[in-house]
Amino acid sequence: MLRHLVRGLGLGSRVLRSTPVIRRAGFHRASVYCNDVGGGEMLEFPGARTRWTESLQMFNKDSYEPLPVYRVMDPNGNVINPEHDPKIPDAKLIKMYEGMVTLNVMDKILYESQRQGRISFYMTSFGEEGTHFGSAAALDDKDLVYGQYRESGVLIWRDFGIVEMINQCYGNSLDAGKGRQMPVHYGSKEKSFVTISSPLTTQLPQAVGSAYAFKRAKKNLVVMCYFGEGAASEGDAHAAFNFAATLEAPVIFFCRNNGYAISTPTKDQYRGDGIGARGPAYGIATIRCDGNDTLAVYNATKRAREYCLKENKPVLVEAMTYRLGHHSTSDDSTAYRSIDEVKTWEEKAHPLVRFRKFITSKGLWTDEREEQFRDEIKKEVLRVFQEGERIKKPPIDVMFTDVYKEMPLHIQEQRDQLREHLSEFGQHYPLEQFQ
Amino acid sequence: MFRRTVAALGAQWPRRMETRRTAAHFTFTPNQTQPPVQGNSEKLNMYQSITSALDIALSKDPTAVIFGEDVAFGGVFRCTVGLQEKYGSDRVFNTPLCEQGIAGFAIGVAVSGSTAIAEMQFADYIFPAFDQIVNEAAKFRYRTGNQFDVGSLTIRTPCGAVGHGALYHSQMTEGYFAHCPGLKLVIPRGPTQAKGLLLSCIRDPNPCIFFEPKILYRLSQEEVPVDDFSIPLSQAEVVRPGKDITIVSWGTQVHVANEVCDLAEKEGIECELIDLQTILPWDKKTVAESVKRTGRLIVTHEASLTAGFGAEIAASIQEECFLYLESPVKRVTGYDTPFPHVFEPFYLPTKWKLLDAVRKSLKY
Repeated sequence: MLRHLVRGLGLGSRVLRSTPVIRRAGFHRASVYCNDVGGGEMLEFPGARTRWTESLQMFNKDSYEPLPVYRVMDPNGNVINPEHDPKIPDAKLIKMYEGMVTLNVMDKILYESQRQGRISFYMTSFGEEGTHFGSAAALDDKDLVYGQYRESGVLIWRDFGIVEMINQCYGNSLDAGKGRQMPVHYGSKEKSFVTISSPLTTQLPQAVGSAYAFKRAKKNLVVMCYFGEGAASEGDAHAAFNFAATLEAPVIFFCRNNGYAISTPTKDQYRGDGIGARGPAYGIATIRCDGNDTLAVYNATKRAREYCLKENKPVLVEAMTYRLGHHSTSDDSTAYRSIDEVKTWEEKAHPLVRFRKFITSKGLWTDEREEQFRDEIKKEVLRVFQEGERIKKPPIDVMFTDVYKEMPLHIQEQRDQLREHLSEFGQHYPLEQFQ
Repeated sequence: MFRRTVAALGAQWPRRMETRRTAAHFTFTPNQTQPPVQGNSEKLNMYQSITSALDIALSKDPTAVIFGEDVAFGGVFRCTVGLQEKYGSDRVFNTPLCEQGIAGFAIGVAVSGSTAIAEMQFADYIFPAFDQIVNEAAKFRYRTGNQFDVGSLTIRTPCGAVGHGALYHSQMTEGYFAHCPGLKLVIPRGPTQAKGLLLSCIRDPNPCIFFEPKILYRLSQEEVPVDDFSIPLSQAEVVRPGKDITIVSWGTQVHVANEVCDLAEKEGIECELIDLQTILPWDKKTVAESVKRTGRLIVTHEASLTAGFGAEIAASIQEECFLYLESPVKRVTGYDTPFPHVFEPFYLPTKWKLLDAVRKSLKY
């Protein structure tokens, strides 16, 4: 009942909004004025444009329909409405799927290698491969990407290469980040992928700033910004949504809602209709899609990108998915969720499986090809992994560079102190691992 | 809510202060050293010289944008008056009221290579942006292996005692940021330095925080070069030479110290006064050279004592000048309390407290 009332109200105000409002000369902007149209009264408080009511109502989550989840494929990889088939060229579909498998294989090997103590840390993307490849494939490769940390697939799509990723995880001398950050904190100027940092959500208002600068420079590019539903609770998310809307920045906020922030289920994270419902409250066009349906993610991102460029305004995309893996190698997720729950999701909604069914039905993929490709990738990852392990870490002086563009005197002094110290006490340090 | 009321009042404060000039805790001394550049000059107060710097920055760099709370109409301290009319609302604009958003947005603008000049309405309200500044801006170049940087970012913020600002319109917050490698922190003592140092900050390839002592906005007035000029960062200035004791300070407190130099002179003590200007990375060389000649050092700042930047200077100088020191390095600072309203005259490191310290150092 209430729901109907509110929807009726929404329609009413839209009608009223299109009706010219009489403004009297000299009428103060901050004053409330009205114009009787169809029995309703149009108000303009400076803070909101709405109408009076004599019915005392409270509005909550149930006052509105929850945002529906856009999908293209059913669980068997069949396109439900042919009009929504994005008709991605075959070669591109194969590249998307091969990328997903590459990420999946790499995740398995690097996860295990962390368990063996060969790298210090790792985070897998199990179950979220569809969000990475569906979205990345719908972007221009020059669109600037800001990520959280579970978006490695975007880099794979952009041909960043597993060599660079593995070098980063080792922090060896070939790592573009010079071995300074923890594993999985990838970044590439060349691939327009802003280097990941650990503090959650800081990248959101930054993405807005970059998008604003893009708009001024008329670059005809958008900024893509990924984050999880947990990160959306940080103050920076609020800042970013509001800044993007008011300053009209062509940024896509892409939320991976995978049900958990480490151990925290979404019921402890928020009580509204997910992250998507917040979009309209900020005046941001919003799409909620099935994150396990790669084609739905692709369509949503493509539409969002077109809207951003045409309107110079932000879009929020909430991709509903499920984190199949542990949060990280420092986490055992069986401590807070059942193995059955994970199995259920793995069986009913794995994005890789669904996409594979889709391309198989199109005759683009076979079981033999699957086996062969997995085998090739596995060998390649292991080879690169072993090579990466043998490469020395960067020179120790690299610890002191890039704090500032130039090296200030006091940092030069500290570098020299360490050099001098090592010349006497070097045997107590792992010098042999460094160049 | 209260804060917004107070902020809106900000524009009025300096006007009131002008009528209460005699009540200020210091006397402004116009620039007496060599002007940093030749050519025409004009009489400007500090807010006007800041506008002049911003005007030059916008006119010479088409990517430069200015934003923050209430900057569009000219700012609560008038620093951005006329800039939106001159350069357009896409270059000088208001943001929503959210400091972490302002800092994060500014970082993003800088990441894309454009020049970002952000304003925090009061240094007291920079703390919501602490994470963005310390974890992000300061570490951007380092953690990306120099692939990305935010060198074209400058944050301007009014700071310091203003007579009646109490807890949240008086703070000097440089000490919090001095512990953060990657940032540059700059504080001018008057209109000339404000223009030259601000232009240096805007053009420096590192993220800078530019603290503007708000009591100087209108109270200070002097001849400022009209042209574009810059004053180098990380360089202290000896504003008054002397042989008996070195006093190091920055911002408004330089003027307090300058009065103490006059008072001490009458007692036959010649103080050497150094305006540090850049807090990070600071000019240890100039301070150490001075202390090696005078043998004594007092550091004085408005911020509270414990772990204030004075501690860094004191520790470094005793290490550098141990054999030259004839008395312990003294610090004359605010107390380790929040900044109080009615007790401000007692809280501040006044010229009398500083004179007391000078005498004690000489007698040691």
